[in-house]
Amino acid sequence: MPIEVEIITGRTIDQGKTVDEKLTEEYFKAVSYCELNEEDFKALGLKEGDRVKIKTEFGEVVVFAKIGSVPKGVVFIPMGPYANQITSDDTDGTGMPLFKGVRGIVEKTEENVKSVKEILGVE
Amino acid sequence: MENVVCTFCGSVCDDGVFENGDIRRLCALGKSKFSKKERIKAPMIDGKEVSYEEAIEKAAEILVEAKRPLLYGWASTVNEAIRLGVLIAEKVGGIYDQCASVCHAPGTLALIEEGVPGGTLGSVKNRADVVIFWGANPVEAHPRHPTRYSVMAKGLLIKDRKDRKVVVIDVRETKTAKLADIFVQIKPGYDYAIISALRAIVKGEKIEADEVGGVPVEKLYELAELMMNAKYGVIFYGLGVTQSRGRDRNVENAIKLVQQLNRKTRWIIWPMRGHYNVVGAGEVPAWEAGYQYAIDFSRGYPRFSPAEFTAVEALVRRDCDAALIVASDPAAHFPRKAVEHLKKIPVIQIDPHPNLTTLLSNVVIPSAIAGLEAEGSVYRMDGIVLRVKKLVETEYWSDVQILEKMYEVVVKRVG
Repeated sequence: MPIEVEIITGRTIDQGKTVDEKLTEEYFKAVSYCELNEEDFKALGLKEGDRVKIKTEFGEVVVFAKIGSVPKGVVFIPMGPYANQITSDDTDGTGMPLFKGVRGIVEKTEENVKSVKEILGVE
Repeated sequence: MENVVCTFCGSVCDDGVFENGDIRRLCALGKSKFSKKERIKAPMIDGKEVSYEEAIEKAAEILVEAKRPLLYGWASTVNEAIRLGVLIAEKVGGIYDQCASVCHAPGTLALIEEGVPGGTLGSVKNRADVVIFWGANPVEAHPRHPTRYSVMAKGLLIKDRKDRKVVVIDVRETKTAKLADIFVQIKPGYDYAIISALRAIVKGEKIEADEVGGVPVEKLYELAELMMNAKYGVIFYGLGVTQSRGRDRNVENAIKLVQQLNRKTRWIIWPMRGHYNVVGAGEVPAWEAGYQYAIDFSRGYPRFSPAEFTAVEALVRRDCDAALIVASDPAAHFPRKAVEHLKKIPVIQIDPHPNLTTLLSNVVIPSAIAGLEAEGSVYRMDGIVLRVKKLVETEYWSDVQILEKMYEVVVKRVG
């Protein structure tokens, strides 16, 4: 069963370390996952290495799922191309997309996680 | 070489030691900045290698022929290069915008409304007995900030970690939260409401609700008490405040809280700036054109309007027909719809490393890495200007060289 969540994005140390090497496997690993609360992780029937599909009104993306220190109902994705598939492009006139606090749904999926190039649609 | 200046984050640490290609004393992010990695090999037009002169000539042609080109990025280069970017934007009647528009620019909007009771990192290190990180996670984004300036740092009046109370306010229990004396976990998007509650308490009013934004009111009273009893307090706010619901209004409200605290004691508020010269990417156009970002020159004079001239707005509304991207990677960091337009227009990129923007650029111009292969001046996050050094020789042109040449060609074409 899909669950409703609020999605937040942000920096991580691994995203920072690989930010000048975006075409490498290390960067892919650093940005292509999401963190879920342990209860939500279990409710979705997930285990380590499983993938989830996250959908918002702005798009959808498949990422790896991990248990993280986030509250129930909140999903964290490192900033980057995966997070930006589902971020709001509405800036309320400020120029700033809503990178934190977009509502969406998360469900378990068997679909693959796309590569960075596939996400961008150049390959 | 000693006292090497790091060109990763806004802390711009100036005490690195560079020997035989290795950097010491910096954090994991600083070390990654100085480590060897893949480079863009040569200037390219549509994937074909060309000379710097040919690539710059083509880039200038694209910019001059466009009706309204977007000139975006600038946070990871030096002030001297940024200045040339602003001049080119003016000459070609384009838009100048910079990384802060998806980062700390809401704070600039708040500052325009309210001013900013600010201070330097030195004042925090020497004086601050209460430090609040609000929606900021320096342990991962500015790893040496806590030890050099804000948590463990010893200063003139703060002799010991015990002399300082550290509060972290965040949605997640981040690594920074683990350093704090007090962690206040809030619901996403409730920053504004919580700041308002704190303002009410500081003013002496009673909160009728049991909780605000997931925080029990007793905890808010304790926090307000701590703030009012501080001798010198600082709120360092991060993207948790500027990128969530409320955006600029969150910062404006926080500045009002600080103004109110300043009737009783001394408080400052300051953004935790990300890239090493994102402050310069705002300050330099401010001296040249009067505004920090979202500047349109299409009428021959600078106009400022975040709702129209920020990169995301201009791209989403398909309001620009070419782009020059310098020292930044919008293809990785903009919402999908904005990137879709970037894929449809001619794009010129100036950057040391291949990234997602490289994959959709028509003209790619590799540059020297500032702080390693090129020198220049940059603004640290607290507005202090530092000179970054050149440590090694390189064949790559610096951003300044590339943009100087580009400006020359643009002037010749525009007349």
